[in-house]
Parts: sequence; structure tokens; C-alpha cells
Amino acid sequence: MSHSADSYYVPHGSHWPIVASVALTTSVVGAAMWFNGTGSGPMVMLLGLAMTFFMMYGWFGTTVRESLKGMYNEQVDRSFRQGMMWFIFSEVMFFAAFFGALFYARVLSVPWLLGEDVSTHLTLWSGFTETWPTNGPNNVGGEFQTMGAWGIPAINTLLLLTSGVTLTISHWALKAGDKSKTVLWLAATVALGAIFLGFQAYEYIHAYGDLNLTLGSGIYGSTFFMLTGFHGFHVTIGTVMLFVIMLRANKAHFTHENHFAFEAVAWYWHFVDVVWLGLFIFVYVL
Amino acid sequence: MSHEATHDGHDDHGPAKGLMRWVTTTNHKDIGTLYLLFALVMFFIGGAMAMVIRAELFQPGLQVVDPQFFNSMTTVHALVMIFGAVMPAFTGLANWLIPMQIGAPDMALPRMNNFSFWILPFAFSLLLSTFFMEGGGPAGGWTIYPPLSLQMGDGFPFMIFAIHLAGISSIMGSINVVVTILNMRAPGMTLMKMPLFVWTWLITAYLLIATMPVLAGAVTMLLTDKFAATSFFSAAGGGDPVMYQHIFWFFGHPEVYILILPAFGIVSAIVPTFARKPLFGYSSMVYATASIAFLSFIVWAHHMFTVGMPVVGELFFMYATMMIAVPTGVKVFNWVSTMWKGSMTFETPMLFAIGFIMMFTLGGFSGLMLAIAPADFQYHDTYFVVAHFHYVLVTGAIYSIMAAAYYWLPKWTGNMYDETLGKWHFWISTISVNVLFFPQHFLGLAGMPRRIPDYAVQFADWNMISSIGGFVFGLSQLMFVVVIYKAIKGGKKATDQVWEGATGLEFEQLSSPPPYHSFNEAPVIK
Repeated sequence: MSHSADSYYVPHGSHWPIVASVALTTSVVGAAMWFNGTGSGPMVMLLGLAMTFFMMYGWFGTTVRESLKGMYNEQVDRSFRQGMMWFIFSEVMFFAAFFGALFYARVLSVPWLLGEDVSTHLTLWSGFTETWPTNGPNNVGGEFQTMGAWGIPAINTLLLLTSGVTLTISHWALKAGDKSKTVLWLAATVALGAIFLGFQAYEYIHAYGDLNLTLGSGIYGSTFFMLTGFHGFHVTIGTVMLFVIMLRANKAHFTHENHFAFEAVAWYWHFVDVVWLGLFIFVYVL
Repeated sequence: MSHEATHDGHDDHGPAKGLMRWVTTTNHKDIGTLYLLFALVMFFIGGAMAMVIRAELFQPGLQVVDPQFFNSMTTVHALVMIFGAVMPAFTGLANWLIPMQIGAPDMALPRMNNFSFWILPFAFSLLLSTFFMEGGGPAGGWTIYPPLSLQMGDGFPFMIFAIHLAGISSIMGSINVVVTILNMRAPGMTLMKMPLFVWTWLITAYLLIATMPVLAGAVTMLLTDKFAATSFFSAAGGGDPVMYQHIFWFFGHPEVYILILPAFGIVSAIVPTFARKPLFGYSSMVYATASIAFLSFIVWAHHMFTVGMPVVGELFFMYATMMIAVPTGVKVFNWVSTMWKGSMTFETPMLFAIGFIMMFTLGGFSGLMLAIAPADFQYHDTYFVVAHFHYVLVTGAIYSIMAAAYYWLPKWTGNMYDETLGKWHFWISTISVNVLFFPQHFLGLAGMPRRIPDYAVQFADWNMISSIGGFVFGLSQLMFVVVIYKAIKGGKKATDQVWEGATGLEFEQLSSPPPYHSFNEAPVIK
């Protein structure tokens, strides 16, 4: 462990955290008002989100400037790395809750509704015979068709896997000190992310418009849209982060040995990629 | 690295002046103080709700509040005490102590540290604001089981988002703790030299990072079930309300240990000091803590034995739960062995620590009784459960926090607290808390259900006794406030070591009170 003379950088007196708290609270109050049908809810939420973006620009900007001034020593860099890893771990656990719901429904609760191991279905849901995929004994949301795996989802899988490769090529270029190649392959990664999102949006329109598959289509629709939706949300964040990293790489913010932000975003992107593989297998294929 | 960094980063000025110091601070001691004061305020808000509960239960019949409000009192009392009082108090202690105990200049991510704290007042304002909305506060129990919880009025999304915000705060705070411990130790401070408070918090923080997102997922599903037509917890749509209970308790059981592991660390610091002996079985304490944390992930369904699980499930969760008694027993015996033939004195922190060992163990035993699935069919959702978790949380977690406050207050403020008042606080609390909670065992075994505003007349006597104990316990906590206030204001100066037998970096290498920035230069670890 290094304990060189240049000591650990402890920032003083930052107003960004309190801005962040106010921004987050405003956003969720707006969202809650919206849920309750209060007319001004969406406006309050948008205001909160605008404040959130302003805060992120300011807070991240501060750390970028500090980093460029060379105020972060190796130990600070390690703190950032470890912090990012634990953050990604918490994200994994968030998705675990929704995967857990999917597995529970498929392995336990739907078979129970069919009468496997239990007899309550005889009185409560005697007519129910569907297996997965299902929208339940009450046919909640009406008849629907499921999303096939080997159309858009398979293409999307290839897109994301390819984006992992392009990102790695960019990383190699960065380590080799080749700026234009770094930016070029980052741009390719951003483009792949954006195309993925475009396909995903198309798939949702297709689901709602042609398949009658909606968020309200019982447990199948719930797990399908919540899992793919939260994943898509994370891809969106990841794409924006990659875009920012691309701009920063273009401004020569990174050196071949000091580019934590690049690596953090790369880890995040690979995490999103792995979650997609789980989705592809358990939501679409099986 | 460039040397201008040292100019910008480490001007050794003291704290900024005025109110903004507390709003913008990135100093671990300031943030620790904020957390502790916030926890104290929430402790009294949650306590006031407990007083309403005990007042209503003083006699059978409905006297004080209407049943809906009573139910929201039990619900919000729990949410406030767990997420607003005990967890922030432990986080405050972590902030104050971990950097000092491992020889670090501050927490690893100081700005995020400020963010973790300042979300909390907003989160709890949201939660408490639901009382003033159409339909009132949450009244379906702190576990917010559907479908009951989905019947809440306008406050529902506000409560859900309050939980989200508190969860974000916990996750960020925990990431900070883990990174600080793993990356900021002074040279020579190996993992197995760390004080147990640091160890227990490392494991607690891991549990928090692993489980708070699961809670976030669970309450998000509640939100979409209510507002976005999903069917996660509705059998009509192929979902299952029991699934919520599984997801919730997958978070909830580790959460229980989040509320107690730091307490183990505190007691492991205090007992050796006042027994004037090193802690017995240090490494076994570490392994026991890790074992408890591991087991906490595979016992969750013991909270739902009566929900209608397959027998195999009941048996698995029963035996797994009983196994927890083994590492916990290791800890209790280690503390007792530490005291064995020690040169003991009984200052207030030690009294609270011994009170903890006795009464936490009692709560542990009733937990063991509850772990037995067939017996639990009798106790489930009775006052026996209430008695059990109040023994482990009030005379367990909260007693450890009190002990920690008395133990480190002289270090933090530089002034000794009022020992006489402290002893009075301990004895009145300890007598009244047993009058309060012990009879609830009898009530539960006799069949009184929890979460009801009215009860059959045969339960009247013990309820009245319990309520009297409750009022005395509630009032006696005001003494604690007086003690803290007086110690901050002044009093006999504490020495740097504070206690004759105290060990650890904060007592051996720092003044009382410690400088605003401790350990700009890494200390030498023997």
C-alpha cells in the first residue's frame, strides 16, 4: 500500500450533494404526484430530472477537472475503481430481484395455480390449464402472443456482443496511445448501443400494436417488460456514458495508464451485456 | 503525482463557519455527527409513535386513536426505527470511527458521503408527509405485504419512493464503508489487525449492498402492480402474493443482521476495555461474523412458516435458522470469556454492554424458539414475536448504540459525560424495558395477536404493566439527551486515552477531541 508524501485527496465543502438530494427528491415527488393523477406531477418530475442532469454535469465536471489537474493519486484511483465495482454489484442484485420473480413464477407459482402439489386451485382456479407463457387464470390483459427469440432479440444479442468487442478494441487503442482509433471504435460502440435501443423500441411497438403483449399481460407481460425495460434503461444510461467518454477521449482526457472513467464505463457496458445474455436465454429463448 | 495537489487538497483549515458547514461538509466527523443527531431525532419520533401504541393498548377497547391510525403507528414506528434510527446511528458511528480506527485521513469517497447523509432527511420527510395525505400513512405493516399494502391512499407512491431514497442512501454509504476499509488502511493495518467494529461493519456493508437493491426491486414491483397494471403479486394474472414475501425477506433477513452486526463490533470494543483484558478469540469473532452473514441469506422463509410452504422448505429453513445459534453462541461465550478473571469496572458503557449481552442473548433464545417451525405455528404473528425482536433490537441494537455513545462521547467531545446521570439512565432504562417487553412473551404465548388496537379482556393486566414500562422507558430516554447535551457543552476534560484499558488508534494516537483532520500522515501500526 502506497503512503507517499502526496496524500489522499479529500475534497472540501461541496454543494453538489445537496443539489443532488433536492433534485432526486423533486423527481420522485413529481413521479408520485403523477401516479396519483395530480396534473402538475409530470412538470415537477421534469424539473427534478433537469436539476439532476445539471447536478451530474456539475459534479462530474468538478471531478474531471480535479483529475486533469492531477489531484488524484493511485490510492484515490483505487477508491474509484472499487466504488464502481461495488456499484455494479448492487445493480446485479437489483436485476436479481426481477430474475427471481421470473423464476419463482415459472418454477413455483404458475405450476401451483395448475394444481401441482397443492389443491387450492380446485376451488379457486379450477378451469386454469395454461402453462408458461401465461397471463393467469383471469386472462388478464386479454389474449396475447409472445415475442419470438430468433428475430429482433437474436439480432440485438449480436449487436451487444459486437459492441463489447468494439469497446475492447477501443480500449487497446487507448492503451497504445492511438487517440483517433480510440474515438473511432468508441463511436462504433455508441452506434451499436443506439441501434440496439432502436430495435428495442421497435419491438415494444410491435408487442403493443400487433401481439397485444403489454405490461398488463399478466405475469408474462410483467416480467417481460420490467426485465427488458430496466435493461433498456441501463443500455440508455450506458450509451450516454459511452458518448461522454468518447467526447472526453477526443479532448485527450485520458492517458494510456490513467483512464479510470473509460474503464468504469466499459465495466458497466459489459455488465449490461451480461444481463442481456441472461434475458435472451430466460425471457426469450426458454 | 503533481505537488499542486497537496495545496488544493490538504489545506489544514478547520471547519467552515455557519450553517453551510453542515450542508456542504465532506468531513467524516461532521457527517458522523449529522447521522447521529438525525438518528436521535428519528429515535424520538419513532418513540412517540410507540407511546401512542402503548397508550392505546393500556386498556382493552378503543380509547385514544382510531384503528386505522393505530395500524399506521405500528407500521411507521417500525420503518422509522429501522431505517431512520438504528441504521443511521450505526452509519454515524462508522463515519466517526472507521477512519480513526484504521488510520485513514477520511472516508474514501467524501462527497458521496455527504450525499448519503443528506438524502435521508428528504426520504423521511416524504415518508412522514404521507400522514397528511388522503388515506393517511402506511398502515399495512412495515413489511408492506400486498395485497393489503396496495389499498393505501395517496401516500402510497410517496412511501415507496421514500424507501427508494433511503435505500440509495444506504447503498452509497455502504460502498463508502467497504472501499474505505479495503483501500484506506494505514500501512501495517492488516485485515486481521482491524478492530472488530471495522470488521463487523465491512460485513454489514456487504450485506447492505447485496440486499438493499432487492428491496428496491420488490417495492418497484408493488408500485407497478398498483399503477402500471402488472401482476407480480396477483394470482389472477399468474403472479403470487407470497412471491412478494419471499423477495422481501430475502432482503429482510440480512437486514436483521445489518441491524445487529455493528452492535457485536461495539460490544467487542467495550468489554475488553473495562475487563482490562484483550478480547478473547479475536479471529473466531471474525469468522463467526462472516458465518452469520452467510447464513443470513439462506434463512429468510422462517419469517413465513405459516404461509403454506412445502414441508421440505419448512425443514430446510428451520435447520438453517437454528444453525445461526452456533456462531452467535461463539460470540457470547467469547465476551463472557473476555470478562472472566478480568479486572472489571462498571462505567456506563460497560453497563450497557453487559446489558446487551444478557438481554440480546435472551432475545436470541426466543428466536431459537421461533425457529422451530411447528412451534412457530403457535407463536406466529403474536406478541411473542414482538417481544423477541424488541429484545434483540431495543436491548440489543439500541443498547449497543447507547453503549457506543457513552464510550466514545468523551473521545469525540473531549469532555467526560455525567457518570451519575449515565448510570441512572442505564438502570431506569433496563428495569423499565424489561417491564415493557418481558410480559409481551406471556401475552404472545397466551395468544394475543400483534398489530391490533384492541384485545380480549384476559390480556388486560399484562398490557397495562407493559404500557407502564413503556412510558417509563420512553421518558427515561430524555436523560440520554441531557447527558449528550452536557458532554457537548463542557464538563471534566477527558484524557487522550479516555479509559484506562482502552486500546486502538483512536485512543492511543489521537487527542480528545481529535483534530478536524486526523491522520493526514499515516500512523505507525505496531
